Amino acid sequence: MRYLIRKFGFYLVALWAALTVNFCIPRLMPGDPVEIMMSKLGQKGPVTPETRQSIEALLGADSSRPLPRQYGDYLAGLATGDLGVSVTFFPASVIDIIGRTLPWTIGLIGLATVISFLAGVGLGTLAGWRRGSWLDNLIPVTTMFQSVPYFWLALILLFLLGSVWPLFPLNGGYDVYTVTPGWNGEFLGSVLYYGALPALTIIVSSAGGWMLGMRNMMVSTLSEDYMLTAEAKGLRPGRIMRRYAARNAVLPSISGFAISLGFVVAGSIVTEAVFSYPGIGSALLQAVGGNDYALMQGIFLIITLAVLGANLLVDLLYSVIDPRIRARS
Amino acid sequence: MTADTVALTAPVTRRRPTWPPLTAKLAAGLILGGAVVLFGLLGPLLVQDPSRVGDIGLAGPSGDHLLGTTQTGQDVLAQLAYATRGSLIVGAIVGVLTLLLSAFFGIVGAYAGGWLDELFSLFTNIVLVIPGLPVVIVISAYVPDKSLLLVSLVLAITGWAGSARVLRGSTLSLRGRDYVLACRVAGEKRWRILAVEILPNLIPLLASQVVFAVIFAILGEAGLSYLGLGASGSFTWGTMLYYAQNGLALRLGAWWWFVPPGLLLALFGAALSLINFSIDEIINPKLRSQTRASRRGWRMSSEQLRKAKESTL
Repeated sequence: MRYLIRKFGFYLVALWAALTVNFCIPRLMPGDPVEIMMSKLGQKGPVTPETRQSIEALLGADSSRPLPRQYGDYLAGLATGDLGVSVTFFPASVIDIIGRTLPWTIGLIGLATVISFLAGVGLGTLAGWRRGSWLDNLIPVTTMFQSVPYFWLALILLFLLGSVWPLFPLNGGYDVYTVTPGWNGEFLGSVLYYGALPALTIIVSSAGGWMLGMRNMMVSTLSEDYMLTAEAKGLRPGRIMRRYAARNAVLPSISGFAISLGFVVAGSIVTEAVFSYPGIGSALLQAVGGNDYALMQGIFLIITLAVLGANLLVDLLYSVIDPRIRARS
Repeated sequence: MTADTVALTAPVTRRRPTWPPLTAKLAAGLILGGAVVLFGLLGPLLVQDPSRVGDIGLAGPSGDHLLGTTQTGQDVLAQLAYATRGSLIVGAIVGVLTLLLSAFFGIVGAYAGGWLDELFSLFTNIVLVIPGLPVVIVISAYVPDKSLLLVSLVLAITGWAGSARVLRGSTLSLRGRDYVLACRVAGEKRWRILAVEILPNLIPLLASQVVFAVIFAILGEAGLSYLGLGASGSFTWGTMLYYAQNGLALRLGAWWWFVPPGLLLALFGAALSLINFSIDEIINPKLRSQTRASRRGWRMSSEQLRKAKESTL
């Protein structure tokens, strides 16, 4: 129980820190984001005083108000879910855009990450178990894949599988010409088809890291005394591998999974840029390109919240898998 | 006072630093990495001006241009040399900054203990969970003219926390060891224990963290530049790929433009990983020791088993 309270406490502090970073960045940076946004909004249509106010609260233009007051306005705006209006997608509100793009990102990046984690850990277990086998010798090759910049690998695969041998579509999230979005088989099939190549690039580039980490932990675990005991008892090798070695060796990988979620988000932005995928990363880049600061800050906030939430989930899961964590506190 | 000076001036028996054994992995890593660094250092002195526009655009490799030309007739080899230098500079700056930041927050906090440790560790964990690249993107969106130094600085600020956490873990384990406690009892000063007794044991770990930081920085900068958010007016592997992508090098099949920067990046990354493997084997002796295969040799043969069974019956 104390473990849970500590964890929740930590994530509350982290949440506060994220909100504060989001508050400070536009105020510390040179330039006047509110004026830029206002002039852009003005070109698209009339700007109501309320819109101006909410954007000022988010980005901080009104220097006559003291900072603590601005901070209060900002938090109050967030509490009501008011993230301002987007310029790029005028007149949609920032919240709308996030709601529209987030499912694409979670579907693609989330699934691909989980698949690559499971595949990497599985292969790493086997590689560590049969040290020196062909699978183990494959590890330097997969590390090579890891040091290849992700977007370059994605570009090459896109070039080969999209242009040279057109097996996969070049960009987009689904076939916009022939299918209508909705819960029908055609649309879902199209989404799977369009998502296959981006997912493949993510798996190819990240499974190697999990594999290496798991393999090294397996090798460490295998030299423990209790492994010797298990072998001496004459247990079946499969049982030793799964219940004795893998279960203990996987723990660092799981806590590593939590840490890597931040990198996953980072990767998703690049993935979506390469494949023009209609997710939240593309929206962020469009916002950056169009000086759409409200949308940019909103997306940054949502990404941070998602990463914090996922981290909390993994932490809770970890305490289920490893009883020592609960016992210690 | 006098006791301290005596302790300080007394001849110290120097421990030989443990260099990693020169395995095939380490040798390959050093040679590859050294070659790339050498190319980055000396290459720019030997090639033409990378921005000079020529008449022949998008020409394949030839005697005049060993790696062909870009869309506007710039020499790819010249660009590659300058890009290598740019990327290595980013890697070096971030490596040094990460070393300083992570050592300060990881080692000093863990060694001091108490509320300072709690505070530093909380700060580290918060920086760790806030995703780095979005912060970098947001910051670079506000600053229109970025120098290479600024980009490196932002990358270092968002990237040091992982190393700090690793360092904190091993500092905690070191400071509780018997020999450190003995030094304390012997009246050694606290900073001296940290600098002379603990730090040398952390050097392999620090080295591997710096190598990681360099890889991450170079990859991070490349990703940022590829998105068009890198330092303005600079040459790095990432900006080369950005211009190649914008110049439709992929569609036009101009492989000599987009393959070399990516390949060089991958080579350098692989070289650093190989070096890191060798360092890992020092830090974690279990990676070297006994394997299951060697243990299999202890097994009794079926002949011996039968004999043993017979004798017990």
